[in-house]
Amino acid sequence: MSTVARWARSLFVALALPVVLIALWWVLSADSKNYYSPPLQTIVTTFGEVWFSERLRDDVLPSVTRLVLGYTGAVVLGVGAGVLLGANRTLRRLTEPVLEFFRAIPPPALIPILFLFAGIGDTAKIIVIVFGAVWPVLLNTVEGVRAVDEVLSDTSRSYGISGWARLRRLVLPSASPQIIAGMRQALSISIILMVISELFGSFNGLGFTIIQFQRSFAIPEMWSGILLLGILGFVLSLLFALFERRSLRWYHGLRRSQRGEK
Amino acid sequence: MSDPVAAPSTRQPGQPRTALLDVDRVQKTYTGQGRTVEAVRNLTFSVGDGELVCIVGPSGAGKTTLLKVIAGLLEPTSGTVTLDGTAVTGPPPSMAVVFQEYGRSLFPWMTVEGNVELPLKQKKMGKERRAELVRDALEAVGLADAHSAYPWQLSGGMQQRVAIARAVAYQPKVLLMDEPFAAVDAQTRADLEDLIRSLWHRLGVTILFVTHDIDESVYLGERVLVLSSSPTVIMEDLAIDLPDERNQLDTRSSPRFAELRHHVYEQIQLAKHRRGGEPVTGPAPAGSPT
Repeated sequence: MSTVARWARSLFVALALPVVLIALWWVLSADSKNYYSPPLQTIVTTFGEVWFSERLRDDVLPSVTRLVLGYTGAVVLGVGAGVLLGANRTLRRLTEPVLEFFRAIPPPALIPILFLFAGIGDTAKIIVIVFGAVWPVLLNTVEGVRAVDEVLSDTSRSYGISGWARLRRLVLPSASPQIIAGMRQALSISIILMVISELFGSFNGLGFTIIQFQRSFAIPEMWSGILLLGILGFVLSLLFALFERRSLRWYHGLRRSQRGEK
Repeated sequence: MSDPVAAPSTRQPGQPRTALLDVDRVQKTYTGQGRTVEAVRNLTFSVGDGELVCIVGPSGAGKTTLLKVIAGLLEPTSGTVTLDGTAVTGPPPSMAVVFQEYGRSLFPWMTVEGNVELPLKQKKMGKERRAELVRDALEAVGLADAHSAYPWQLSGGMQQRVAIARAVAYQPKVLLMDEPFAAVDAQTRADLEDLIRSLWHRLGVTILFVTHDIDESVYLGERVLVLSSSPTVIMEDLAIDLPDERNQLDTRSSPRFAELRHHVYEQIQLAKHRRGGEPVTGPAPAGSPT
């Protein structure tokens, strides 16, 4: 009983505020005559019509594909370079000023340049996502790799755990809490850049469609697109939380036991 | 009360055996930030095959430095360490180390079993052989039921048992222990000391045990090496002529134990004021590693 009750309770806590907000929006907008903020009912009806159609394939899918590729690229590049820089002090000091410079450039500012070199296709948009999302992964990985415990490192050495095994068994797991924290930041940056990259020189995608709706005064459709972006972001962060809980179970357990001891 | 305590030892402590580990004129100087700190001045000793030798010294005597040099984790400034006829230039495959900080020497993302098995995977051992060694080692340290637990779910003493099991499963010729019981409570500590004696008897492994605890060194060792303060030299190489069968109650209350303990204690007191066998000038080097 208590398990069911606890479940019901946490479900209630999680859903209470969203339900109230949606209800408020629904009621307050029900009689709206304002052209720019149509009733929620209209938006929801439009949502079905607009997105459960060929747009799913023609606009949502390309967006999500670019997001996935850009995000994956950022994570692979960030972790790879982060491990190299974290393990090598000279390399770190050599590259630091350059990296700080590139990090300071807002990724959307690169869009015009990238479009010149990579065209207005998928490549440029993916590069924009990678360029913006790589930093939190890279910097957190560097910190995580540098913070590998000295005793654990000595233990590994004394048992002949070196090279590839050291990376796989010691360095990456040890840095994983930081790496995953960086990946979480990178995910929201990726979504933002996915939309922004589609606002310029684009012919499909979520950002492109929303701006088209706005320009053609298809206001309920525009609202529905924003709603879809919200849902997409929410689902992705939910999936990420699931991934984090699975892969960092040891870390949270360790932290709990350390807190308990003190 | 019982006869084994009074019976003469079958082993002859201090008697030369084939040397397995040779430490020859090892010196270690740390340099950095415009100053040099001589942690270890000159250490020469050898450990025979199958011996249990304790190294005891005042805090700051460079015990950990010495152990790391022997383990091949730290390069000596001069001098050599030879294991089984081969010079130690990196961590030798026939050596295992148990560190004091059990909480930082076990991999928290692996289960107990995973921790014990990992070094065996590096040895390219078959799966069945690995499983067998892991099972035996965990059983030997009294953790047969803890295979799938994570280290942080266990008490400090149990975590140190896991670290010992990992070392045992590795089947080393020499087991190095760096103050392994300094961070556990007294009761657990006594149990672990007896565990070390019994594992040593059963496995015939050579053990070099570093401690700052005088009682522990006398209780465990066949020989006790007393170190001076840093820069470190050996002040005494003392044979412990206690009977081979030892237990916490009788051994520790025997007159001979008290004498030996007294003697080592005196040496340590002397050691606190003697650095490298020379009169000291100036303050002790601050922050020198222990």
